[in-house]
Amino acid sequence: MTQLAENLELEGAGYRDHDGAEMLRVSDLHAFYGESHILHGVDLDVKRGELVTLLGRNGAGRSTTLKAIMSLVGRRTGSIVINGTETLAMKPHRIPRLGVGYCPEERGIFASLDVEENLLLPPTVRSGGMSLDEIYEMFPNLYERRRSQGTRLSGGEQQMLAMARILRTGARLLLLDEITEGLAPVIVQALGEVLIKLKARGMTIVLVEQNFRFAAPLADRHFVMEHGRIVEEISAAELPGRRDHLNQLLGV
Amino acid sequence: MTMIFGVPLAVFMGQLLLGLINGAFYALLSLGLAVIFGLLKIVNFAHGAQYMLGAFAALLGFRYLGINYWVALLLVPLVVGALGMLIERLLLRRIAHLDHLYGLLLTFGLALIFEGALVNFFGVSGASYPIPPALQGGVNLGFMFLPIYRGWVLVAALAVCLFTWFMIERTRLGAYLRAGTENPALMQAFGVNVPLLITLTYGFGVALAAFAGVLAAPLYPVSPTMGSSLLIVVFAVVVIGGMGSILGAVLTGLAMGLIEGLTKVYYPEAANTVIFLVMILVLLLRPAGLFGKEA
Repeated sequence: MTQLAENLELEGAGYRDHDGAEMLRVSDLHAFYGESHILHGVDLDVKRGELVTLLGRNGAGRSTTLKAIMSLVGRRTGSIVINGTETLAMKPHRIPRLGVGYCPEERGIFASLDVEENLLLPPTVRSGGMSLDEIYEMFPNLYERRRSQGTRLSGGEQQMLAMARILRTGARLLLLDEITEGLAPVIVQALGEVLIKLKARGMTIVLVEQNFRFAAPLADRHFVMEHGRIVEEISAAELPGRRDHLNQLLGV
Repeated sequence: MTMIFGVPLAVFMGQLLLGLINGAFYALLSLGLAVIFGLLKIVNFAHGAQYMLGAFAALLGFRYLGINYWVALLLVPLVVGALGMLIERLLLRRIAHLDHLYGLLLTFGLALIFEGALVNFFGVSGASYPIPPALQGGVNLGFMFLPIYRGWVLVAALAVCLFTWFMIERTRLGAYLRAGTENPALMQAFGVNVPLLITLTYGFGVALAAFAGVLAAPLYPVSPTMGSSLLIVVFAVVVIGGMGSILGAVLTGLAMGLIEGLTKVYYPEAANTVIFLVMILVLLLRPAGLFGKEA
């Protein structure tokens, strides 16, 4: 039985980080849902251990960029290189095995599974993931509610769960979509602390964020999207001088 | 003689047992249908034909290859399940992106082809399959006479239902199935090979039907049309139970068998329609089914 479960999961051994190299390079990425053309040539790169944000207004294509990386959109053209491997022609279930963890905007907590089953669900994609104990230490609430139905948790707890379950898998590149959306300030602050810890562990993180005040102190670089492409790249050092310009782009 | 509402106890219990055994078949078949529908979203109209193929494989294996009942009970579900996987891989997968009605039509067509082909070779009269020697005879329970084979069918069917429940609710593979039923795209994004999971699930559902077919072979005439008449009742059972729950499919199957049996005792004229009356009532009062989750 376990054997069968493992066959569904893994042949993804032999994975190595390329030291100091790019974790992710997206070039001229176009994405389509049916007839509608959503991404119009996205270019971005993320170095290993970096935390970058994708900023922009609603509908700018930020979530679609993450989905396109995970091959969750209809059709894609261009190039997506993850840790040295071109993934455009890969089957969708092979992409996570390159060490990618994805946290969707709608969180995707499974109602038919309890909290611990939700946590244990995503297959291990490489060694070095956090143990269940470590995860419960980082998210004590989840331990207390481990036997509850996944969707009975509060919004904040569901978000913690959606994050925690990809930390167990050993993923080194995390794609996080709007993780602070609709959450109370105290929980947003707790999520910020989690991101700092993950960065200290050497994780590479791409953060799609609406809440710029949350993202600004955490990020190394910001990419601003508009109409399905990247229109601006701003490093953390440049940020103070370009704040007004950025506010204008984001329409805040 | 003890009477229950004007019916002798032995007659009453006998009909109850018949009802329970029918119910066990309803449970096995509706379980497979529910599992397949959950992940593939296809109403598997070939389910009755796959049950019939199970019975026929046992019969032909016995006649021409000398495969005994016990071996058939293990081997036939594997062979017919493998055929199911082939059907999924070669046919159903190609239309998975289309409206699910096409899946229904395709499986309905397959059922007609299987039935038609076997009618062509064997006719519709049906053949009998001998009860295995170890399960012949019966025991007198005091209040009724229990044919051993019928008792065995009940035990075996319930054991397989329990095994299926355990697999789906308590194992990692089952968690994949439940999660895949809810959100297959996200499962792919976690690195689960969802197409393989779908093939295995369809194969498993078909194997359940074939297992029921082997169990049924010594009880009912083995004929190419034995599945299609049963399937209509099984669809009603699935509607009554709701697509949501494994336990619901099993309990509803047994309960409907019992209700049918009781109706045979007290108002035989309605025995063939009572399940459909229950279905209408359930649809009026709880459209998602007794165990189904409201959408």
